[in-house]
Amino acid sequence: MVSPNTPETQGGISAVNGRPPRSIQDVVIRLAGNSQDGIQAVGGFLARLAGRSDQDVMTYMTIPSTISGGPSIFQVRIGTGDILSAGDRADMLVALYQHSYDAHIGSLRPGGVLVYDTDHVKPNPDDNRFTNVPVPITTATVEAVGGTAKDKGKNIFILGLIARVFDLDVAKLTALIKERFGGKTEDVVRNAMLGFDAGYAWPQNNLRDLFYRFEAADRPTSTTSHPQVTMDGNTALAFGLITAGVRHGAGYPITPWSSIMETLRSEFPKYGGVFVQCEDEIAAVSTAIGFSYSGRLAITGSSGPGLSLKMEALGWATMAEMPLIVVNVQRGGPSTGMPTNVEQSDLMQAIYGSHGDAPRVVLAPKNVEDCFYVAIEAARIARTYSTPVLILTDMALASRIEAFDQPDLPKLMVDPAPDLSERDADFKPYPLDRITRHAPPGTKMGSGKYPTVTGLEHDELGHPTGSPKLHLQMTAKRREKIKALGASLPAPELSGDSAGEVLLVTWGSSWGPGREAVVRVRKAGVKAGHLHFRHLHPLPNGLEEMLTRYHKIVVAELNDEGLYGFGQFAMMLRARYANPNIVSVTKTDGLTFKVSEIVAGIAKHIESTQLDASVGVTAQSPLALQR
Amino acid sequence: MSSAAPALAPTPAIPLPASGQLTKKALTADHPTWCPGCGDFAVLAAFYRVLEKLNYPHQNIVTMAGIGCSSRFPYFVNTHGGHFIHGRALPFAAGISLGRDDLHVFVFGGDGDGFSIGGNHLVHTARKNVRITYVIMDNSVYGLTKKQTSPTSPLGFKTKTDPTGAIDQPINPMRTLLNTGASFVARSHATQVNHMIDMMLRAAKHDGFSVVEILSECVEFYEGAFDAANPRKGGSWKLIEEKKSDGTPEDEQRHDVTDEVAAFKLATLAWPGAFGVFYENKKRPTKNALEADLIVKAKERTKNASDLALLQATFAKLR
Repeated sequence: MVSPNTPETQGGISAVNGRPPRSIQDVVIRLAGNSQDGIQAVGGFLARLAGRSDQDVMTYMTIPSTISGGPSIFQVRIGTGDILSAGDRADMLVALYQHSYDAHIGSLRPGGVLVYDTDHVKPNPDDNRFTNVPVPITTATVEAVGGTAKDKGKNIFILGLIARVFDLDVAKLTALIKERFGGKTEDVVRNAMLGFDAGYAWPQNNLRDLFYRFEAADRPTSTTSHPQVTMDGNTALAFGLITAGVRHGAGYPITPWSSIMETLRSEFPKYGGVFVQCEDEIAAVSTAIGFSYSGRLAITGSSGPGLSLKMEALGWATMAEMPLIVVNVQRGGPSTGMPTNVEQSDLMQAIYGSHGDAPRVVLAPKNVEDCFYVAIEAARIARTYSTPVLILTDMALASRIEAFDQPDLPKLMVDPAPDLSERDADFKPYPLDRITRHAPPGTKMGSGKYPTVTGLEHDELGHPTGSPKLHLQMTAKRREKIKALGASLPAPELSGDSAGEVLLVTWGSSWGPGREAVVRVRKAGVKAGHLHFRHLHPLPNGLEEMLTRYHKIVVAELNDEGLYGFGQFAMMLRARYANPNIVSVTKTDGLTFKVSEIVAGIAKHIESTQLDASVGVTAQSPLALQR
Repeated sequence: MSSAAPALAPTPAIPLPASGQLTKKALTADHPTWCPGCGDFAVLAAFYRVLEKLNYPHQNIVTMAGIGCSSRFPYFVNTHGGHFIHGRALPFAAGISLGRDDLHVFVFGGDGDGFSIGGNHLVHTARKNVRITYVIMDNSVYGLTKKQTSPTSPLGFKTKTDPTGAIDQPINPMRTLLNTGASFVARSHATQVNHMIDMMLRAAKHDGFSVVEILSECVEFYEGAFDAANPRKGGSWKLIEEKKSDGTPEDEQRHDVTDEVAAFKLATLAWPGAFGVFYENKKRPTKNALEADLIVKAKERTKNASDLALLQATFAKLR
């Protein structure tokens, strides 16, 4: 047995059977087991390793909504170059149970590698599309680790096996394992390493032909100024808020928002701040608005149904013109719906879900990295325009892990100190000719008159009024500032052809598969562009002309086509631009878009005969062995 | 640059009284919109006196309210403050109090705002002992919406929503308040101005969540509701005599404000019950202090690292 921890293997293995490893660019590994098997941990290790190795990485996971148990998968896509989606189909499937095999064998590409636990899985003997790799994962783990740990450690055995097959950097990987288990007893670290070594050694005698190595990155590696960081979207969003100078917030637990509030609850005190767990969603938004009124720009958040509960208070924040950040981690709805699945079906609620005329600001991050930056932009807008800002993220972004360039923190950090300087005698909280700037309590008023913030229609000093003229003027004031924001926004990100047959439009987390779909469609010879929206409301100006340059504008989003055949954003765009060429691709299966689904949707709308869902994809997995 | 700026001070001391004297003139804002004869006028007048006596720096006083007749209060007091949504003034005020320990936060509201739509918030703000003084002006009827049944309307009271008389058991405010875990609970009557001033003063000085329920008559929709406790209308005004610990035999009979069970007994007296301080717990730490302590401990662990240094260290671990 060759331990990977011995010095001779530290630099990797140069050849097997005299052959060097076969070069690959991009691989999708799907681990399928139960939620207690710790396969998420394996995915996490692989993702962080990729981040430390300048490979691009994207993960995808499903977890059961039950408290414990149930099938669970973790998919990780690692590659050289930009990874835009978690991959439609897997190149390697690790199946721990029969149900894992049955449910996921269909996702394995021909020529792919099936690793299965011979202790639990009997694959179909007639299926010869794959390289079958039988491994007694359970028995081998028990033998390797021994003692009373039973089959705990299977996940680390698998990690070792994968490390060997893809010639991963063992030194970095073992460092990650030791970091992860470092807080626990030495036994735990030793058992983990025993499991890893056994997994790593397994292919040596059994899988000699399976030996791959990722191509070196052709882009400049980022080892100098910006190392890569690896995290999930909820973590990125939480640290984006901290960078933006947000130190106060309030929330109520709901999946999948909860991990943001958990992070903030433990992080804020280190920065001198407070995060309050409230008795309900309404108290949470109210407490957050109270923080903001006190001069501490605050965050509250929730998921679908929780956002609905916050709506009355958000109406108040619009009327009283209070800055606030509201995060909605979307999930399948309505009601409790599919709480651990993804959907983009809260758009209309985010933009219009209030009483009265209440113009909203709604932003959506496109990937995990953007969760960090969108939080900073939300805080800037909330402060500059004294308004609530909603961030529409989703279950897929919340839980998936990506590696991205470490942000330039010294440049981005914002000072959270409130302005308590004495206000001049002519101070008005609600001036008709300017954007509101509140004087937080503690501020001396030169006039001796203290301002009132209110949900009643009010005059410039904040006193209630029933004047029709003032209601007209104040409604316009609240509308015009949001329009001013719209005018200041950059044009949405356009890629591909600037005119042509089709423009694919996406928002939020559908960015990656959308971008990849357009790449494939163009490979098939169709002139196509991809327009991605990060600012959903207000929309940036000046898009009318751009939309006329394409025959069809296909909007792909994860919600239902509704009563009139259009998804929520498509409906918005049709209302805004009155362009009859805007059409929809929607779905509500609770999963992120596959690239092929978007391609198929485009093909249907442009009535293309050449274009089908498999365009631009090699049928064979790059792992296929030549026979 | 945030690393240069001081982090939020964990527990800034509440500013000492300003050199200038606060006056009713300086504290008066819009003319109240209440009906002539409303009990709330007396509560407002008493509150001016309370602020004069407390003499806090003018800019550090915050007056908040929810929705209802009494919740119009902040418009009539010239301090920082606001008028929030129905029933949610307490969590809003908790944000102010926890966000800024240099402020004195007062919340005013009615029985509907406090015991009905805001009932859950009352329980949890009290349980957390957030430093807020809350004055409930109870008129036992919905006045702003013109006479519907309130959670304190007595059985049989005829309203537009109970034209044959209220059939639902009303809340006993004192029992409810004691149950919430509020660390200061008192009761007063809008016709007893000096008593109101005394109760609100003690509530304001209490370090924690203090609540004073004031029976404040709605002359328009529930005239005479609290006459039973008004000696001028032939009622009985039963004051709670607090224990003086002077060793006299009569002291045995007096009420120990730290005794929760005794407070419950007072709360169950037959209508119109007793007035004064029912309960006072000076030992329970406030949420403000507990959160400040979390900050102090977190800062100790991180050796007072700057915000930027902390964030950079966290990102280094995420590589």
